[in-house]
Amino acid sequence: MSDLPDGVVRREFDGIERLATKGEPVYGEPTDGEWRAWNPDRSKLGAMLELGLDTGLVGGETVLYLGAAAGTTASHVADFAGPTYGVEFAARPARDLLDAAEPRGNLFPLLKDARKPETYAHVVEPVDVIVQDVATRGQAKVATANATFLREDGRLLMAVKARSEDVTRDPGDVFEDVLEELESTYEILETRRLAPHHDDHLGIVATPR
Amino acid sequence: MTGTSNPAGAGWFDGLDPGDVEAAVGAVTDGEADEPDEWPRLAVEAGYVDSADEYYDRLHEATMEAARREIHERERADDKQLIHAVRAMDDCERTANELAERVAEWAGTRYEDAGTGVDYARDLAAERGDTEASDPGEARLVALAERTAALADEADELRAYVEETTPSVAPNLAAMAGPVLAARLISLTGGLDTLARKPSSTVQVLGAEDALFAHLRGAAPSPKHGIIFTHEYVRGTHPDQRGSAARALAGKLTIAARVDHYSGERKPELDAELDERIATIRGNADGADDGSDRGGDGS
Repeated sequence: MSDLPDGVVRREFDGIERLATKGEPVYGEPTDGEWRAWNPDRSKLGAMLELGLDTGLVGGETVLYLGAAAGTTASHVADFAGPTYGVEFAARPARDLLDAAEPRGNLFPLLKDARKPETYAHVVEPVDVIVQDVATRGQAKVATANATFLREDGRLLMAVKARSEDVTRDPGDVFEDVLEELESTYEILETRRLAPHHDDHLGIVATPR
Repeated sequence: MTGTSNPAGAGWFDGLDPGDVEAAVGAVTDGEADEPDEWPRLAVEAGYVDSADEYYDRLHEATMEAARREIHERERADDKQLIHAVRAMDDCERTANELAERVAEWAGTRYEDAGTGVDYARDLAAERGDTEASDPGEARLVALAERTAALADEADELRAYVEETTPSVAPNLAAMAGPVLAARLISLTGGLDTLARKPSSTVQVLGAEDALFAHLRGAAPSPKHGIIFTHEYVRGTHPDQRGSAARALAGKLTIAARVDHYSGERKPELDAELDERIATIRGNADGADDGSDRGGDGS
């Protein structure tokens, strides 16, 4: 099992050891003093850490978060990372993202389309980590389009949702296609299915070629 | 000086007066660049801020405000989509019914067991759709039945879309009126903003314009309710009390529409207040019948 980044700990909540970060609660998660539990069933990055993928995260890095949604995971990331740019295109979840970003001076909400990096390149600086969790078709395309933001030694931490690409196809085949498309831009370091936390999701750790 | 000569393009802060939040918000929303760059460092070099910390403070302020406005604007626009959807739904339903009548009439001349309505058109399309038609006339009839069924399906899809979308456009109104009635009220007034500005007396008779104008000409009694008649709280109330129920419902719907438009937050206590008021109105009717517990619920 790889090490957790600084700022992320395993801590007991009601007798169960769980991942936790320090910050303002966001989605009604259990808290213990300043610590708040990070639910891997609601967060793909949380599941990747829980399952022990070697994310390379150490804490304090600059992050571009694609698909920040309501800020569930993005808020935990902002708790342990440095400047965190949260890109989300849907207005409704973004309303909750604002609540998560309000008390977090290092979480910058951007209501932008992750398929169009040029619409936020004037705001986002080069980053150490891209976290991607977008539930749209063409997830590999989003990752390659945003590679421009990633520093040479940076990491892409990506959760691929098979059902977003094609509900009818076998998830294994979908993942193969996605990985193949990623290979042109990224070197794949590790992959792992995110079950039992998320069905038909593949966690990917990659670095730019 | 920085940025403009940069091949990556300019950062959001380029050319901005450091104190001008409005301009910063505009730049975050509308700006573009081909490539990212070391913006915090460049902003310090350009004199926009004194330190990276100050840069991130400014950026946080600007991105929060930009996102807030954009969300507001986009969620507003959703009510226009809803209006089109609910009108299209009514069009599809009405047209499907009309065509179903035609199918029934036509089918009655050919088949002994011909039924009526959209359901029959669906059955006919399902039964004969795959088999070879005995003559060109039957082929046309079955094709018409298929189109009728498809149109009815589209009406169902539109209804599902309306039911799914309304709660995000007007959460309180949708919860109180039900998503379809809420969408109809928005459609009748032309938008959530205009609905929010209507007095409750107008909301009460929306959809009963003919009766209302007949009344204003002095030719008829005032209508007690418009489209809100479809709500259980009006329809399910004894006719003697319906006027009161419609007035109470319209009042709360108006408040719900205003909350949805001006704040957007869900307020479940509104539903509870309405439930209580309607219970009182209905209780009075019952109380009048047996006359025993009037003191109990008299307000």
